[in-house]
Amino acid sequence: MSTYNLPPKPARSTWKKIKTILITVAVIALYVWTFLGINIDWGRAIERAIKNFGIVLPKLFSPDWAALGEVSEKILETIFIAFAGSLMAAILAIPLGFLAAQNMSGSRFVSGIGKWILSGIRAFPDLILAILFVVAVGPNAFAGVMAIAIGSTGMLGKLYSEVVESIDMKVVEAMEASGANKIQILFHGVLPQIIPEFLSYAIYRFEVDIRASSILGIVGAGGIGLMIMFAASNRNWNEMGLILLAIIVVVTVIDFFSAKIRRKIV
Amino acid sequence: MTKKEEQLTITKAPSIYPAKTKTQVSIILFAVIAFYLYSMYRAQDEMVGGIGSALTNMWSVMVKFFPPNFNVVSAIMPAMAETIQMAIIATTVAAILTVPLALLSARNIATFKPIYFIFRTFLNILRTIPDLVLAVLFVGMFGIGVFPGILALIIFSLGILAKLISETIEAVDMNPLEAIRASGGNTLQVISYGLVPQVLPQFTSFVLYVFEINIRASVVLGLVGAGGIGLILDQQIGFYNYPNAMTIIIVIFVVVIAIEYISNKIREALI
Repeated sequence: MSTYNLPPKPARSTWKKIKTILITVAVIALYVWTFLGINIDWGRAIERAIKNFGIVLPKLFSPDWAALGEVSEKILETIFIAFAGSLMAAILAIPLGFLAAQNMSGSRFVSGIGKWILSGIRAFPDLILAILFVVAVGPNAFAGVMAIAIGSTGMLGKLYSEVVESIDMKVVEAMEASGANKIQILFHGVLPQIIPEFLSYAIYRFEVDIRASSILGIVGAGGIGLMIMFAASNRNWNEMGLILLAIIVVVTVIDFFSAKIRRKIV
Repeated sequence: MTKKEEQLTITKAPSIYPAKTKTQVSIILFAVIAFYLYSMYRAQDEMVGGIGSALTNMWSVMVKFFPPNFNVVSAIMPAMAETIQMAIIATTVAAILTVPLALLSARNIATFKPIYFIFRTFLNILRTIPDLVLAVLFVGMFGIGVFPGILALIIFSLGILAKLISETIEAVDMNPLEAIRASGGNTLQVISYGLVPQVLPQFTSFVLYVFEINIRASVVLGLVGAGGIGLILDQQIGFYNYPNAMTIIIVIFVVVIAIEYISNKIREALI
């Protein structure tokens, strides 16, 4: 019987071994810190759960259809907020996207500034922006529109700049060589290449914004979120069931159509 | 002859877009703008004073947030730590739970169609519910505290993670798996030597990505009483203590940027 020689294991340098050990230690330390620091009141949570589970869950699954009128009005307002906000963001993000794209702004420095502005905006959660705008313009749907508009600009601008960076620069060079000016290059060389993807990302962002705007009402920025808060604090779980159903239906329908449109565009 | 040449130069180049597309695009554009104007009208009809006064008001309020009161940084650090800990626990639990869920909703592993279909639909529905709505629900069930917040984050990130990972599993090269099976490997060996090496880098990268999402989400969970720094922010805004609120916002900003930077670096090294 012949013996089989297994292929030798790849040699590992000492530095790699040290690195693995260091990472393992860091991860373990992180978890130790986490589980020592967190303070979960298990007793109360379990006691509450036993008391509430039988009450809450059946009620959630038997929606209160009497509130349908109010819920559908608020969900419409949610759609309006998301639409107005994402359209504003889709337009606001265009100059920022071009600024952050290295092949358009020309220098690393300028595009670096653009990228920093965009990641600065993205670091604010939507709801924090909503709190700021509620303080500034009062508790109404307009605050929600502004929060969505600013919040989405960060992500859309980043995606736009990636699209602009990936265009075929040969077309632009050819137009430059044949004597086209900057505006002609923009309209006939750059825009036809980027419009489908810009539109597709804007529509995708509208999907995301529908979800985001449905919770803005929690801080008073309009939409169905306020009803969620009221239903929760009044422990009106039947109404909550209807609101959840409405959100699930609206989000699913909009996701479906948006995916269809996007597939057609790109 | 010269007249004819002149005519030639005057003629405009024909448009590259057909007339039908043009009308379609105009109609769509008109509809989008009309819907926008109606949305804006609806959005501000309950506002006092209209947009003009809102903008001046915005400025006068924004000034009140400055300068931020940095003396409270040490006081808000425990809450910020709690926020990060919530995100870590939630991401870990979700990463473990997602493995069976992703396997069952991957078309090439769950070959029994109904199972695949049921799990896909379940994940799709799960993903439609916003994280904060889940938090409101769980606070109602389990009372105020960290636990409902973690639970909301787990459920929310499970939806995203399982979908991303099941798509990765579906894109896996099946040939190595078949080769291992053909040379006598059992199911466990097929998974650990064929599937895991192909999926692991993507898996880690997606887990880190979801961790970033969870950090942002856990920052605001406190607004509905589900633990973390959001609760303090809500209180400070409620007391009209804007310099303190601004400090909290700056701390959140710095932590989110730092964690995103680290996680981005790790993900770049992985893939």
